[in-house]
Amino acid sequence: MTDQTPALRLEGIVKTFPGVRALDNVSFSVLPGEVHALMGENGAGKSTLMKVLGGIYQPDEGQIVVSEQPTVMTSPLQAKSKGIVFIHQELSLAEELTVAENIYLGELPKKAFGLVDWQKLYAQTNVILEKLKVGFDAKTRVGDLSIANQQMVEIARALTVEAKAVIFDEPTASLTDAEKVVLFDVISDLQAHGVGIIYISHRMEEIFKITDRISVLRDGQYRGTLKTAETNEDEVTQLMIGRKLDLSRNETHHDLGAVALEVRDLSCGKLFRNISFEVRKGEVVGFYGLVGAGRTEIAETLFGLREPTGGDILLNGEKVHVSSPADAIEKGISLVPEDRKGQGLVLGMNCRDNMTLPQVSDLKAGPFVAEGAEIAIFDQYRDRLDIRTPGWKQLVGNLSGGNQQKIVIGKWLSMHPDVLIVDEPTRGIDVGSKSEIHNLIRELASQGYAVIVISSEMPEVLRVSDRIVAMYSGEIIRTFTSQEVTEDNLIQAISGINPEKAA
Amino acid sequence: MDRFSKFDLGGFLARQGILVAFALFLVGFTIANERFLAPDNVMGVIRSSAILGVMALGVTFVVISGNLDLSVGSMMSFSTIVVLDLHDKIGPTLAIPSMYAMVLCLGAFIGFLVGYLKLNSLIVTLGMLSAIHGLTLTYSGGKNMDIADKEGTWFSFFGQSDVLGIPVPILMFALLASLLGIILAKTPFGRKVYAVGGNGTAATFSGIRRARVVFTCYILSALCVATAGLLQASRSLGSQNTVGQGLELEVLAAVILGGASLLGGSGTIFKTVIGVLILGFIQNGLLLVGLQFYVQYVVTWIIIILAVWLDIAAKRGKLWSPIA
Repeated sequence: MTDQTPALRLEGIVKTFPGVRALDNVSFSVLPGEVHALMGENGAGKSTLMKVLGGIYQPDEGQIVVSEQPTVMTSPLQAKSKGIVFIHQELSLAEELTVAENIYLGELPKKAFGLVDWQKLYAQTNVILEKLKVGFDAKTRVGDLSIANQQMVEIARALTVEAKAVIFDEPTASLTDAEKVVLFDVISDLQAHGVGIIYISHRMEEIFKITDRISVLRDGQYRGTLKTAETNEDEVTQLMIGRKLDLSRNETHHDLGAVALEVRDLSCGKLFRNISFEVRKGEVVGFYGLVGAGRTEIAETLFGLREPTGGDILLNGEKVHVSSPADAIEKGISLVPEDRKGQGLVLGMNCRDNMTLPQVSDLKAGPFVAEGAEIAIFDQYRDRLDIRTPGWKQLVGNLSGGNQQKIVIGKWLSMHPDVLIVDEPTRGIDVGSKSEIHNLIRELASQGYAVIVISSEMPEVLRVSDRIVAMYSGEIIRTFTSQEVTEDNLIQAISGINPEKAA
Repeated sequence: MDRFSKFDLGGFLARQGILVAFALFLVGFTIANERFLAPDNVMGVIRSSAILGVMALGVTFVVISGNLDLSVGSMMSFSTIVVLDLHDKIGPTLAIPSMYAMVLCLGAFIGFLVGYLKLNSLIVTLGMLSAIHGLTLTYSGGKNMDIADKEGTWFSFFGQSDVLGIPVPILMFALLASLLGIILAKTPFGRKVYAVGGNGTAATFSGIRRARVVFTCYILSALCVATAGLLQASRSLGSQNTVGQGLELEVLAAVILGGASLLGGSGTIFKTVIGVLILGFIQNGLLLVGLQFYVQYVVTWIIIILAVWLDIAAKRGKLWSPIA
């Protein structure tokens, strides 16, 4: 493989922004037919590198070489014409158009008078779709497809040109396990056709399953390339973060306090039914299940964002009705939401203002906001959570994912809630910060908080929970203690009536 | 490497474009007409900008909260006509509070539709622009409104007097700007306005009652419009039904010129005041160099487009980019 001509080679790429050397002499190459993982913590420079590759940024130094031809990239469209295709994490499809129209958008086949040649369009599209072995056809409206199938449309779009290299950016972020299998099939098919693949992901299992080599970036610098077959997770992690990572499961056991939250037969239409559980002070209860199992919806109901259609919520033994988030906060329930940027933070606001937002009406000096008190709160939680930021004036949008998440957590801790719900605490966060957040959740429990953690990542649930609630299709299937849970019985529980299907 | 060797003109213009353009205007006008920067002309510009400025203060709140208010022009006509009419019917002492009450009701109605019913503010206020115009014409029967005894009323105080040598409209503008500036920058409510405009969902998730915040912004806007109507009525003591027509765009231009983002979440009262003055000086300059008054409608439009373009350019650091 080593004497092959690389499909794509980056040589000594340097990109600086005012005050930051975002990419510092980064070189690496992708061979035809190779799956090459690009890893690194958030802020390591992966996105910047991809933007350089797509012509959105021009490198200060270094060059991009496509099939031994030095190439200047000026836009993603031009990169595509050179055979470099991006499959983005966030899809960019027109939902109201058909699959075929999306795939050939901008280059629809034409007949006389500039009218679209529909027959040809659908025929061409179906050829590509057959190659991908997908279960929908060219005339399907994209909005009717699942996220996974929409991703297939993006991939199909990539196949309309003779791709030399395809870049997948966190492609599995919103896919179910079954959908991942299909995606991996497509990737190996591309591989078989001699396409070079750059695969960006935080998920170690996937990296080790499908890649040939792994290149690591840290702080904008190229840290080396490893052959996947000859390395292991520890080595890669160390290269990424410069230290060892703790992947153990929760074995701490401390005394639990009184029941802080009890839920009895809670239902909300078709979203979830007859949900009953309790959380004690000092306990972390993990909710595990597939996307769509109803976990987030339960959290939203407890937080006053949805009206339950039946059942009771008891806080410290008293029945309560939660009418809005403002009401929930007043009653002592806090939610660290699943979508950090969309629901958790005002990105254009500074760190301090974000952190004190829920209590800004209470922090008053006369009619004004007591900024001194705000800064004191910010400083306290910055130190306690080890938030790395130049200062409270920094806009939250400029922080890394891990530090952003700590701002959201700090925001709620400073409210001293009785019950803290954390939905997907480490989504899109690099491994280093991930483990810090896991430790933090354990620490909160030991301080007597009642914590609910919702997660789609099994290692995470195992790591932080005292008990694990397994959900499938809007119902609780089983509740495990941390002693009795195993990967197998947990997987069986969350795949509901078809345990063999998930195995 | 010399970091100044490559001067990025596009990036510089993108960030500082408004000020550069304004500076060029000032230099050009001063060369063309030496009276431009004379003290009496400067005072005149500020004075004639005051009514627009008062309206822009309220609209700043609405825009920062992530909404628009295109109804302020016709609402200003309404308040002017109403207060002039009531002046002769029930006397100025009762006419002024009655007018404020009516205008605040209109503001509350818009605030209810946009805040609580979550209707699109562009549609709601565009509709109100027309509806309030209709309301004004119905009220006046389409006739101009005049105060009968123009010499003998103290009502002219707001528009025509000086206090400590400063015209009252400028004082009112300064006073309101200070008050609203402090509310926006220093109070919990101001903070919530930024949060709601910056990310309404995150604000809700932080326990902020978003509808209430949006509602209050429209109330403040109506308060400013009523004040502008008062100043206008007091200055002229008579008015057409269309006195505020088109002002909504000039107000919006001033707010955007000041640097508030149309997407919400950014802007300050101080910047809006700067925006108002820039607009005033440019319009005055055009007149001084001998262009027809009507040219300024076109120029205002050009300024809006320029301001919006530079607003997005500033965000991405260059004047043009293939992606948004």
